[in-house]
Amino acid sequence: MKRSPLLAAAHYAMLVGLAVLCIAPIAVIFATSLRQQVDIFAEPLNFIFTPTLENYRAVLQEDKFDRYLYNSLFVGLISTAATLVLGCMAAYGLARFRFPGRRTLAYTTLLLRTVPLAVMAIPVFLIWNEWHLVNSLWGLILLYVAVNLPFTIWLLYGFVLQVPVELEEAAAIDGCGPLRVFTKVLLPLMAPGLAAASIFTFRIAWNEFILALVLTDRHSRTLPVAASLFVTDMGVDWGRVMAMGSLIAIPPLIFTFVAARQIITGLTAGAVKG
Amino acid sequence: MRTPSWVPILYVGPAAAIMAAACLYPVISALQLGLYDWSMGTPWSAARWVGLDAFAAAFSNPRVWSSLWTTLLFAGVCVTAEMLLGIALALALERPVRGTAVFRTLFILPMMIAPIAVGLAWRYMFDAQFGLINAVLGLLRIAPMTWLADPTLAFAAIVIADVWQWTPFVFIMMVAALANVDSAVIEASRIDGANWWQMTTLVKLPMIAHVIAITLMMRLVDAFRVLEVIYVLTFGGPGDSTEILALHIYKTAFVGQQLGVAAAISVLLLVVVAALSWIALRISNPLDNEK
Repeated sequence: MKRSPLLAAAHYAMLVGLAVLCIAPIAVIFATSLRQQVDIFAEPLNFIFTPTLENYRAVLQEDKFDRYLYNSLFVGLISTAATLVLGCMAAYGLARFRFPGRRTLAYTTLLLRTVPLAVMAIPVFLIWNEWHLVNSLWGLILLYVAVNLPFTIWLLYGFVLQVPVELEEAAAIDGCGPLRVFTKVLLPLMAPGLAAASIFTFRIAWNEFILALVLTDRHSRTLPVAASLFVTDMGVDWGRVMAMGSLIAIPPLIFTFVAARQIITGLTAGAVKG
Repeated sequence: MRTPSWVPILYVGPAAAIMAAACLYPVISALQLGLYDWSMGTPWSAARWVGLDAFAAAFSNPRVWSSLWTTLLFAGVCVTAEMLLGIALALALERPVRGTAVFRTLFILPMMIAPIAVGLAWRYMFDAQFGLINAVLGLLRIAPMTWLADPTLAFAAIVIADVWQWTPFVFIMMVAALANVDSAVIEASRIDGANWWQMTTLVKLPMIAHVIAITLMMRLVDAFRVLEVIYVLTFGGPGDSTEILALHIYKTAFVGQQLGVAAAISVLLLVVVAALSWIALRISNPLDNEK
Protein backbone atom coordinates (compact mmCIF):
# COMPACT_ATOMS: atom_id res chain seq x y z
CA MET A 1 0.00 0.00 0.00
CA LYS A 2 1.38 3.38 -0.95
CA ARG A 3 1.45 6.18 1.55
CA SER A 4 1.00 9.82 0.80
CA PRO A 5 4.33 11.68 0.68
CA LEU A 6 3.03 13.98 3.41
CA LEU A 7 2.64 11.07 5.80
CA ALA A 8 6.07 9.74 4.92
CA ALA A 9 7.57 13.17 5.56
CA ALA A 10 5.83 13.39 8.93
CA HIS A 11 7.16 9.92 9.77
CA TYR A 12 10.72 11.01 9.02
CA ALA A 13 10.28 14.28 10.87
CA MET A 14 9.18 12.39 13.99
CA LEU A 15 12.07 9.95 13.75
CA VAL A 16 14.56 12.78 13.37
CA GLY A 17 12.98 14.68 16.27
CA LEU A 18 13.23 11.63 18.52
CA ALA A 19 16.81 11.01 17.47
CA VAL A 20 17.67 14.61 18.34
CA LEU A 21 16.05 14.21 21.76
CA CYS A 22 18.01 11.00 22.35
CA ILE A 23 21.29 12.53 21.36
CA ALA A 24 20.97 16.04 22.82
CA PRO A 25 22.11 15.16 26.37
CA ILE A 26 24.98 13.08 24.97
CA ALA A 27 25.96 16.03 22.78
CA VAL A 28 25.82 18.26 25.86
CA ILE A 29 28.29 15.97 27.65
CA PHE A 30 30.68 16.15 24.71
CA ALA A 31 30.21 19.88 24.03
CA THR A 32 30.75 20.78 27.69
CA SER A 33 33.95 18.76 27.73
CA LEU A 34 35.27 21.08 24.98
CA ARG A 35 34.36 24.29 26.79
CA GLN A 36 36.57 26.53 28.80
CA GLN A 37 35.57 27.40 32.33
CA VAL A 38 34.34 30.86 31.25
CA ASP A 39 32.11 29.36 28.55
CA ILE A 40 30.63 26.76 30.90
CA PHE A 41 29.30 29.44 33.22
CA ALA A 42 28.32 31.83 30.43
CA GLU A 43 24.97 33.55 30.83
CA PRO A 44 22.98 33.29 28.68
CA LEU A 45 24.13 29.99 27.26
CA ASN A 46 26.39 30.51 24.27
CA PHE A 47 26.02 27.89 21.58
CA ILE A 48 29.10 29.11 19.76
CA PHE A 49 32.40 28.91 21.59
CA THR A 50 36.06 28.22 20.92
CA PRO A 51 36.63 24.55 21.66
CA THR A 52 39.54 23.57 23.85
CA LEU A 53 41.18 20.26 24.66
CA GLU A 54 42.35 21.67 27.98
CA ASN A 55 39.89 19.53 30.00
CA TYR A 56 41.09 16.34 28.30
CA ARG A 57 44.73 17.31 28.87
CA ALA A 58 44.00 17.87 32.56
CA VAL A 59 42.13 14.59 32.94
CA LEU A 60 44.68 12.52 31.03
CA GLN A 61 47.58 14.01 32.95
CA GLU A 62 45.94 13.18 36.24
CA ASP A 63 48.68 11.07 37.84
CA LYS A 64 46.56 7.93 38.06
CA PHE A 65 44.42 8.09 34.89
CA ASP A 66 46.14 5.17 33.18
CA ARG A 67 45.83 3.14 36.36
CA TYR A 68 42.06 3.78 36.54
CA LEU A 69 41.67 3.04 32.84
CA TYR A 70 43.47 -0.27 33.33
CA ASN A 71 41.25 -1.07 36.37
CA SER A 72 38.09 -0.29 34.42
CA LEU A 73 39.12 -2.35 31.41
CA PHE A 74 40.21 -5.27 33.59
CA VAL A 75 36.99 -5.27 35.61
CA GLY A 76 34.74 -4.63 32.60
CA LEU A 77 36.23 -7.25 30.29
CA ILE A 78 36.72 -10.04 32.82
CA SER A 79 33.27 -9.52 34.38
CA THR A 80 31.65 -9.64 30.94
CA ALA A 81 33.56 -12.72 29.79
CA ALA A 82 32.93 -14.62 33.03
CA THR A 83 29.23 -13.68 33.07
CA LEU A 84 28.79 -14.86 29.48
CA VAL A 85 30.54 -18.20 30.00
CA LEU A 86 28.80 -19.02 33.29
CA GLY A 87 25.48 -17.62 32.04
CA CYS A 88 25.61 -19.74 28.86
CA MET A 89 26.30 -22.88 30.85
CA ALA A 90 23.53 -22.19 33.35
CA ALA A 91 21.01 -21.25 30.65
CA TYR A 92 21.83 -24.45 28.79
CA GLY A 93 21.52 -26.53 31.96
CA LEU A 94 18.17 -24.98 32.85
CA ALA A 95 16.77 -25.33 29.34
CA ARG A 96 17.95 -28.87 28.56
CA PHE A 97 17.74 -30.83 31.81
CA ARG A 98 15.10 -31.63 34.40
CA PHE A 99 16.73 -32.02 37.81
CA PRO A 100 15.75 -31.66 41.47
CA GLY A 101 15.87 -28.03 42.57
CA ARG A 102 15.47 -26.71 39.03
CA ARG A 103 12.35 -24.70 39.84
CA THR A 104 13.89 -23.25 42.99
CA LEU A 105 16.94 -22.20 40.99
CA ALA A 106 14.77 -20.64 38.26
CA TYR A 107 12.66 -18.66 40.72
CA THR A 108 15.63 -17.54 42.85
CA THR A 109 17.51 -16.41 39.76
CA LEU A 110 14.61 -14.21 38.65
CA LEU A 111 14.10 -12.79 42.12
CA LEU A 112 17.80 -11.88 42.34
CA ARG A 113 17.39 -9.90 39.11
CA THR A 114 15.11 -7.54 41.05
CA VAL A 115 17.40 -6.79 44.02
CA PRO A 116 18.37 -3.10 44.12
CA LEU A 117 22.14 -2.58 44.29
CA ALA A 118 21.66 -0.10 47.15
CA VAL A 119 20.39 -2.97 49.31
CA MET A 120 23.59 -4.87 48.63
CA ALA A 121 26.01 -2.03 49.38
CA ILE A 122 26.16 -2.48 53.16
CA PRO A 123 26.30 -6.29 53.42
CA VAL A 124 28.70 -6.50 50.51
CA PHE A 125 31.03 -4.04 52.22
CA LEU A 126 30.95 -6.18 55.38
CA ILE A 127 31.30 -9.56 53.65
CA TRP A 128 33.99 -8.43 51.20
CA ASN A 129 35.93 -7.15 54.24
CA GLU A 130 35.76 -10.59 55.85
CA TRP A 131 36.78 -12.25 52.59
CA HIS A 132 39.62 -9.72 52.02
CA LEU A 133 38.12 -8.62 48.72
CA VAL A 134 37.82 -4.89 49.51
CA ASN A 135 40.16 -2.71 47.41
CA SER A 136 40.69 -5.64 45.08
CA LEU A 137 39.62 -5.69 41.44
CA TRP A 138 38.58 -9.34 41.86
CA GLY A 139 36.15 -8.25 44.55
CA LEU A 140 34.43 -5.94 42.06
CA ILE A 141 34.47 -8.63 39.37
CA LEU A 142 32.84 -11.19 41.70
CA LEU A 143 30.10 -8.68 42.52
CA TYR A 144 29.43 -7.65 38.92
CA VAL A 145 29.33 -11.26 37.71
CA ALA A 146 26.88 -12.20 40.46
CA VAL A 147 24.49 -9.29 39.82
CA ASN A 148 24.58 -9.70 36.03
CA LEU A 149 24.12 -13.47 35.90
CA PRO A 150 20.33 -13.46 36.49
CA PHE A 151 19.58 -11.23 33.48
CA THR A 152 22.10 -13.05 31.28
CA ILE A 153 20.68 -16.46 32.18
CA TRP A 154 17.14 -15.24 31.54
CA LEU A 155 18.08 -13.78 28.17
CA LEU A 156 20.12 -16.76 26.95
CA TYR A 157 17.62 -19.33 28.24
CA GLY A 158 15.15 -18.22 25.57
CA PHE A 159 17.78 -18.63 22.88
CA VAL A 160 18.73 -22.16 23.94
CA LEU A 161 15.05 -23.13 23.87
CA GLN A 162 14.81 -21.95 20.24
CA VAL A 163 17.48 -24.43 19.16
CA PRO A 164 15.93 -27.85 18.43
CA VAL A 165 17.51 -30.64 20.48
CA GLU A 166 17.52 -32.76 17.31
CA LEU A 167 20.10 -30.40 15.82
CA GLU A 168 22.44 -31.07 18.72
CA GLU A 169 21.81 -34.80 18.58
CA ALA A 170 22.56 -34.86 14.86
CA ALA A 171 25.85 -33.08 15.45
CA ALA A 172 26.68 -35.52 18.25
CA ILE A 173 25.95 -38.50 16.01
CA ASP A 174 28.24 -36.96 13.40
CA GLY A 175 30.98 -37.26 16.01
CA CYS A 176 31.05 -33.79 17.57
CA GLY A 177 32.04 -33.66 21.25
CA PRO A 178 29.96 -31.53 23.65
CA LEU A 179 32.25 -28.52 23.18
CA ARG A 180 32.08 -28.72 19.38
CA VAL A 181 28.31 -29.15 19.50
CA PHE A 182 28.19 -25.97 21.52
CA THR A 183 30.52 -23.91 19.33
CA LYS A 184 29.22 -25.20 15.97
CA VAL A 185 25.49 -25.53 16.63
CA LEU A 186 24.42 -23.40 19.59
CA LEU A 187 26.81 -20.47 19.49
CA PRO A 188 25.92 -19.19 16.00
CA LEU A 189 22.20 -19.33 16.79
CA MET A 190 22.69 -17.57 20.11
CA ALA A 191 24.84 -14.73 18.73
CA PRO A 192 22.23 -11.94 19.15
CA GLY A 193 21.49 -13.05 22.71
CA LEU A 194 25.19 -13.07 23.50
CA ALA A 195 25.61 -9.58 22.02
CA ALA A 196 22.73 -8.18 24.08
CA ALA A 197 23.86 -9.97 27.25
CA SER A 198 27.44 -8.80 26.86
CA ILE A 199 26.61 -5.11 26.29
CA PHE A 200 24.19 -5.12 29.23
CA THR A 201 26.76 -6.76 31.49
CA PHE A 202 29.58 -4.54 30.26
CA ARG A 203 27.33 -1.50 30.68
CA ILE A 204 27.03 -2.24 34.43
CA ALA A 205 30.60 -3.39 35.04
CA TRP A 206 32.07 -0.44 33.12
CA ASN A 207 29.73 2.35 34.28
CA GLU A 208 28.75 1.41 37.85
CA PHE A 209 30.12 3.76 40.50
CA ILE A 210 28.20 3.52 43.80
CA LEU A 211 29.35 0.05 44.86
CA ALA A 212 32.72 0.66 43.25
CA LEU A 213 33.02 3.84 45.34
CA VAL A 214 32.38 1.83 48.50
CA LEU A 215 34.65 -1.09 47.58
CA THR A 216 37.74 0.59 46.13
CA ASP A 217 40.61 2.82 47.24
CA ARG A 218 42.89 5.18 45.33
CA HIS A 219 44.68 2.27 43.66
CA SER A 220 41.74 0.08 42.72
CA ARG A 221 39.37 2.87 41.64
CA THR A 222 37.57 2.57 38.30
CA LEU A 223 37.03 5.50 35.88
CA PRO A 224 33.42 6.30 36.92
CA VAL A 225 34.53 6.48 40.56
CA ALA A 226 37.36 8.82 39.58
CA ALA A 227 34.85 10.92 37.65
CA SER A 228 32.48 11.05 40.62
CA LEU A 229 35.23 12.69 42.66
CA PHE A 230 34.95 15.79 40.46
CA VAL A 231 31.50 16.26 42.04
CA THR A 232 32.04 17.75 45.48
CA ASP A 233 30.12 19.78 48.04
CA MET A 234 31.93 22.82 46.65
CA GLY A 235 30.42 22.26 43.21
CA VAL A 236 31.15 20.35 40.04
CA ASP A 237 34.27 20.63 37.94
CA TRP A 238 32.11 20.54 34.80
CA GLY A 239 34.75 20.61 32.10
CA ARG A 240 36.81 17.79 33.55
CA VAL A 241 33.97 15.55 34.64
CA MET A 242 32.41 15.84 31.17
CA ALA A 243 35.77 15.08 29.54
CA MET A 244 35.97 12.02 31.75
CA GLY A 245 32.33 11.17 30.91
CA SER A 246 33.06 11.42 27.18
CA LEU A 247 36.08 9.14 27.49
CA ILE A 248 34.08 6.62 29.55
CA ALA A 249 31.35 6.63 26.88
CA ILE A 250 33.69 5.59 24.05
CA PRO A 251 33.88 1.78 24.53
CA PRO A 252 30.12 1.19 25.03
CA LEU A 253 29.33 3.49 22.08
CA ILE A 254 31.75 1.67 19.78
CA PHE A 255 30.30 -1.66 20.86
CA THR A 256 26.76 -0.37 20.28
CA PHE A 257 27.53 0.96 16.80
CA VAL A 258 29.28 -2.26 15.76
CA ALA A 259 26.63 -4.65 17.08
CA ALA A 260 23.41 -2.58 17.18
CA ARG A 261 21.43 -4.97 15.01
CA GLN A 262 22.46 -8.00 17.06
CA ILE A 263 21.85 -6.20 20.36
CA ILE A 264 18.33 -5.16 19.38
CA THR A 265 17.48 -8.62 18.03
CA GLY A 266 18.90 -10.24 21.15
CA LEU A 267 17.06 -7.93 23.50
CA THR A 268 13.69 -8.30 21.82
CA ALA A 269 13.73 -11.89 20.54
CA GLY A 270 13.37 -13.48 23.97
CA ALA A 271 10.35 -11.42 24.95
CA VAL A 272 8.70 -11.46 21.53
CA LYS A 273 8.93 -15.19 20.88
CA GLY A 274 8.73 -16.42 24.48
CA MET B 1 19.84 -41.86 26.43
CA ARG B 2 19.76 -41.09 30.15
CA THR B 3 21.85 -38.26 31.46
CA PRO B 4 23.77 -38.98 34.65
CA SER B 5 22.43 -36.86 37.52
CA TRP B 6 25.68 -34.97 37.98
CA VAL B 7 25.65 -33.50 34.47
CA PRO B 8 23.12 -30.69 35.13
CA ILE B 9 25.14 -29.68 38.21
CA LEU B 10 28.16 -29.29 35.97
CA TYR B 11 26.26 -26.74 33.87
CA VAL B 12 24.30 -24.75 36.46
CA GLY B 13 26.60 -25.29 39.46
CA PRO B 14 29.21 -22.56 38.88
CA ALA B 15 26.66 -19.81 38.14
CA ALA B 16 24.44 -20.93 41.01
CA ALA B 17 27.40 -20.93 43.42
CA ILE B 18 28.45 -17.39 42.43
CA MET B 19 24.91 -16.02 42.64
CA ALA B 20 24.45 -17.70 46.02
CA ALA B 21 27.71 -16.40 47.46
CA ALA B 22 27.82 -12.89 46.04
CA CYS B 23 24.16 -11.98 45.59
CA LEU B 24 21.84 -14.15 47.68
CA TYR B 25 24.13 -14.27 50.72
CA PRO B 26 24.52 -10.44 50.86
CA VAL B 27 20.75 -10.02 50.58
CA ILE B 28 20.19 -12.43 53.47
CA SER B 29 22.94 -10.66 55.42
CA ALA B 30 21.07 -7.38 54.95
CA LEU B 31 18.18 -8.92 56.90
CA GLN B 32 20.57 -10.05 59.61
CA LEU B 33 22.52 -6.75 59.75
CA GLY B 34 19.36 -4.96 60.80
CA LEU B 35 19.45 -6.89 64.08
CA TYR B 36 22.98 -5.81 65.03
CA ASP B 37 24.78 -2.64 65.97
CA TRP B 38 27.90 -2.70 63.84
CA SER B 39 30.23 0.13 62.85
CA MET B 40 32.23 0.26 59.68
CA GLY B 41 35.90 -0.53 60.15
CA THR B 42 35.31 -2.80 63.15
CA PRO B 43 35.31 -6.60 62.87
CA TRP B 44 31.93 -8.29 62.65
CA SER B 45 32.67 -10.17 65.91
CA ALA B 46 32.47 -6.81 67.72
CA ALA B 47 28.89 -6.26 66.53
CA ARG B 48 26.26 -6.12 69.28
CA TRP B 49 22.85 -7.79 69.07
CA VAL B 50 20.13 -5.16 69.40
CA GLY B 51 17.08 -7.08 68.28
CA LEU B 52 14.47 -5.05 66.48
CA ASP B 53 15.76 -1.63 67.65
CA ALA B 54 16.93 -0.64 64.17
CA PHE B 55 13.64 -1.69 62.63
CA ALA B 56 11.74 0.32 65.25
CA ALA B 57 13.98 3.34 64.58
CA ALA B 58 13.56 3.00 60.81
CA PHE B 59 9.82 2.51 60.75
CA SER B 60 9.07 5.30 63.24
CA ASN B 61 10.98 7.77 61.06
CA PRO B 62 8.53 9.75 58.89
CA ARG B 63 11.32 10.38 56.36
CA VAL B 64 11.43 6.67 55.59
CA TRP B 65 7.73 6.67 54.77
CA SER B 66 7.92 9.86 52.72
CA SER B 67 10.87 8.30 50.90
CA LEU B 68 8.84 5.15 50.22
CA TRP B 69 6.08 7.37 48.82
CA THR B 70 8.61 9.22 46.62
CA THR B 71 9.87 5.86 45.36
CA LEU B 72 6.39 4.55 44.52
CA LEU B 73 5.45 7.83 42.86
CA PHE B 74 8.71 7.93 40.88
CA ALA B 75 8.31 4.33 39.69
CA GLY B 76 4.62 4.81 38.91
CA VAL B 77 5.03 8.05 36.96
CA CYS B 78 8.17 6.98 35.09
CA VAL B 79 6.90 3.56 34.06
CA THR B 80 3.47 4.87 33.04
CA ALA B 81 5.02 7.64 30.93
CA GLU B 82 7.60 5.32 29.38
CA MET B 83 5.04 2.64 28.50
CA LEU B 84 2.47 5.07 27.04
CA LEU B 85 5.08 7.03 25.08
CA GLY B 86 6.90 3.90 23.92
CA ILE B 87 3.72 2.17 22.73
CA ALA B 88 2.34 5.32 21.06
CA LEU B 89 5.59 5.99 19.22
CA ALA B 90 5.87 2.35 18.17
CA LEU B 91 2.33 2.39 16.74
CA ALA B 92 3.07 5.60 14.87
CA LEU B 93 6.47 4.52 13.58
CA GLU B 94 6.25 0.73 13.27
CA ARG B 95 6.48 0.75 9.47
CA PRO B 96 10.12 0.27 8.42
CA VAL B 97 11.49 3.14 6.35
CA ARG B 98 14.88 3.69 4.79
CA GLY B 99 17.36 4.32 7.58
CA THR B 100 15.34 2.50 10.25
CA ALA B 101 18.45 0.66 11.44
CA VAL B 102 20.32 3.94 11.92
CA PHE B 103 17.49 5.44 13.97
CA ARG B 104 17.21 2.35 16.17
CA THR B 105 20.94 2.46 16.83
CA LEU B 106 20.62 6.09 17.92
CA PHE B 107 17.67 5.19 20.15
CA ILE B 108 19.63 2.67 22.22
CA LEU B 109 22.49 5.09 22.91
CA PRO B 110 20.88 6.69 26.00
CA MET B 111 20.96 3.31 27.77
CA MET B 112 24.68 2.92 27.20
CA ILE B 113 25.98 6.19 28.68
CA ALA B 114 27.42 6.00 32.22
CA PRO B 115 24.81 7.05 34.82
CA ILE B 116 27.25 9.52 36.30
CA ALA B 117 27.52 11.29 32.94
CA VAL B 118 23.76 11.10 32.36
CA GLY B 119 23.01 12.57 35.79
CA LEU B 120 25.52 15.37 35.29
CA ALA B 121 24.36 16.14 31.76
CA TRP B 122 20.83 16.66 33.04
CA ARG B 123 22.07 18.61 36.06
CA TYR B 124 23.91 20.93 33.71
CA MET B 125 20.93 21.24 31.35
CA PHE B 126 18.51 21.90 34.21
CA ASP B 127 20.73 24.57 35.72
CA ALA B 128 18.70 27.72 36.36
CA GLN B 129 21.34 30.17 35.12
CA PHE B 130 23.38 28.54 32.37
CA GLY B 131 21.26 25.50 31.53
CA LEU B 132 20.13 24.50 28.05
CA ILE B 133 16.53 23.86 29.09
CA ASN B 134 15.89 27.36 30.38
CA ALA B 135 17.63 28.71 27.28
CA VAL B 136 15.25 26.74 25.03
CA LEU B 137 12.25 27.79 27.15
CA GLY B 138 13.50 31.38 26.80
CA LEU B 139 13.26 31.08 23.02
CA LEU B 140 9.61 30.11 23.53
CA ARG B 141 9.17 33.18 25.76
CA ILE B 142 8.76 31.04 28.89
CA ALA B 143 10.33 32.49 32.03
CA PRO B 144 13.36 30.60 33.41
CA MET B 145 12.62 28.10 36.17
CA THR B 146 14.74 27.05 39.12
CA TRP B 147 14.41 23.37 38.25
CA LEU B 148 16.60 21.76 40.85
CA ALA B 149 15.75 24.17 43.69
CA ASP B 150 12.00 23.55 43.58
CA PRO B 151 10.69 20.26 45.06
CA THR B 152 8.07 19.64 42.34
CA LEU B 153 10.31 20.67 39.45
CA ALA B 154 13.22 18.61 40.83
CA PHE B 155 10.94 15.58 40.94
CA ALA B 156 9.93 16.33 37.36
CA ALA B 157 13.63 16.55 36.50
CA ILE B 158 14.46 13.03 37.77
CA VAL B 159 11.39 11.69 35.97
CA ILE B 160 12.41 13.39 32.71
CA ALA B 161 15.93 11.97 32.96
CA ASP B 162 14.59 8.44 33.49
CA VAL B 163 11.98 8.78 30.73
CA TRP B 164 14.70 10.01 28.38
CA GLN B 165 16.93 7.05 29.15
CA TRP B 166 14.36 4.25 29.06
CA THR B 167 11.49 5.18 26.71
CA PRO B 168 13.64 4.09 23.74
CA PHE B 169 13.91 0.64 25.32
CA VAL B 170 10.11 0.31 25.49
CA PHE B 171 9.86 1.65 21.93
CA ILE B 172 12.28 -0.94 20.55
CA MET B 173 10.54 -3.80 22.37
CA MET B 174 7.16 -2.68 21.03
CA VAL B 175 8.35 -2.23 17.45
CA ALA B 176 9.80 -5.76 17.54
CA ALA B 177 6.54 -7.12 18.95
CA LEU B 178 4.43 -5.34 16.32
CA ALA B 179 6.69 -6.59 13.54
CA ASN B 180 6.04 -10.11 14.78
CA VAL B 181 2.25 -9.83 14.56
CA ASP B 182 0.96 -12.08 11.79
CA SER B 183 0.21 -9.78 8.83
CA ALA B 184 -2.62 -12.11 7.73
CA VAL B 185 -4.53 -11.17 10.89
CA ILE B 186 -4.07 -7.47 10.17
CA GLU B 187 -5.17 -8.04 6.56
CA ALA B 188 -8.25 -9.97 7.72
CA SER B 189 -9.31 -7.17 10.05
CA ARG B 190 -8.80 -4.68 7.24
CA ILE B 191 -11.07 -6.71 4.96
CA ASP B 192 -13.64 -6.85 7.78
CA GLY B 193 -13.65 -3.06 7.62
CA ALA B 194 -11.83 -2.24 10.84
CA ASN B 195 -10.57 1.33 11.02
CA TRP B 196 -7.13 2.26 12.38
CA TRP B 197 -8.33 2.69 15.96
CA GLN B 198 -10.25 -0.60 15.99
CA MET B 199 -7.34 -2.40 14.43
CA THR B 200 -4.98 -1.01 17.04
CA THR B 201 -7.05 -1.58 20.17
CA LEU B 202 -8.82 -4.80 19.16
CA VAL B 203 -6.15 -6.58 17.14
CA LYS B 204 -2.61 -5.27 17.50
CA LEU B 205 -2.45 -4.42 21.20
CA PRO B 206 -4.08 -7.68 22.39
CA MET B 207 -1.70 -9.63 20.16
CA ILE B 208 1.36 -8.04 21.75
CA ALA B 209 -0.09 -8.09 25.28
CA HIS B 210 2.48 -10.58 26.58
CA VAL B 211 5.39 -8.44 25.35
CA ILE B 212 3.78 -5.39 26.95
CA ALA B 213 3.52 -7.33 30.23
CA ILE B 214 7.16 -8.45 30.17
CA THR B 215 8.42 -4.97 29.25
CA LEU B 216 6.26 -3.41 31.96
CA MET B 217 7.69 -5.75 34.60
CA MET B 218 11.27 -5.13 33.48
CA ARG B 219 10.78 -1.38 33.66
CA LEU B 220 8.93 -1.51 36.98
CA VAL B 221 11.60 -3.61 38.68
CA ASP B 222 14.34 -1.37 37.30
CA ALA B 223 12.55 1.79 38.41
CA PHE B 224 12.99 0.60 41.99
CA ARG B 225 16.69 0.01 41.36
CA VAL B 226 17.47 3.51 40.07
CA LEU B 227 20.08 5.21 42.21
CA GLU B 228 23.10 6.56 40.39
CA VAL B 229 21.46 9.12 38.10
CA ILE B 230 19.51 10.65 40.99
CA TYR B 231 22.64 10.52 43.17
CA VAL B 232 24.42 12.96 40.86
CA LEU B 233 21.40 14.86 39.54
CA THR B 234 19.80 15.98 42.83
CA PHE B 235 21.32 13.83 45.63
CA GLY B 236 17.75 13.63 46.94
CA GLY B 237 17.21 17.38 47.20
CA PRO B 238 15.93 19.95 47.57
CA GLY B 239 15.00 18.81 51.07
CA ASP B 240 14.04 15.18 50.61
CA SER B 241 11.78 15.76 47.60
CA THR B 242 13.68 13.38 45.29
CA GLU B 243 15.06 11.04 47.93
CA ILE B 244 14.01 7.61 46.69
CA LEU B 245 14.49 4.67 49.09
CA ALA B 246 17.68 3.42 47.43
CA LEU B 247 19.28 6.83 47.96
CA HIS B 248 17.87 7.07 51.49
CA ILE B 249 19.51 3.72 52.30
CA TYR B 250 22.81 4.87 50.83
CA LYS B 251 22.76 8.14 52.79
CA THR B 252 21.74 6.47 56.06
CA ALA B 253 24.56 3.94 55.70
CA PHE B 254 27.44 5.91 54.26
CA VAL B 255 26.69 9.51 55.25
CA GLY B 256 24.85 8.94 58.55
CA GLN B 257 26.87 5.81 59.43
CA GLN B 258 23.74 4.10 60.78
CA LEU B 259 24.29 0.72 59.20
CA GLY B 260 21.68 -1.19 61.21
CA VAL B 261 18.95 1.32 60.38
CA ALA B 262 19.98 1.36 56.72
CA ALA B 263 19.79 -2.44 56.67
CA ALA B 264 16.32 -2.29 58.20
CA ILE B 265 15.16 0.12 55.47
CA SER B 266 16.73 -2.22 52.90
CA VAL B 267 14.37 -4.90 54.14
CA LEU B 268 11.44 -2.58 53.49
CA LEU B 269 12.62 -1.95 49.92
CA LEU B 270 13.22 -5.67 49.38
CA VAL B 271 9.71 -6.48 50.58
CA VAL B 272 8.18 -3.97 48.15
CA VAL B 273 10.20 -5.27 45.20
CA ALA B 274 9.71 -8.93 46.17
CA ALA B 275 5.94 -8.45 46.41
CA LEU B 276 5.90 -6.97 42.90
CA SER B 277 8.10 -9.75 41.53
CA TRP B 278 6.00 -12.41 43.20
CA ILE B 279 2.92 -11.09 41.47
CA ALA B 280 4.78 -11.07 38.16
CA LEU B 281 6.12 -14.60 38.61
CA ARG B 282 2.62 -15.81 39.45
CA ILE B 283 1.55 -14.48 36.08
CA SER B 284 4.44 -16.09 34.21
CA ASN B 285 7.95 -17.33 34.89
CA PRO B 286 10.05 -17.06 31.76
CA LEU B 287 12.60 -19.55 33.17
CA ASP B 288 9.93 -22.22 33.56
CA ASN B 289 8.76 -23.98 30.41
CA GLU B 290 7.26 -27.13 31.93
CA LYS B 291 3.66 -26.15 31.51
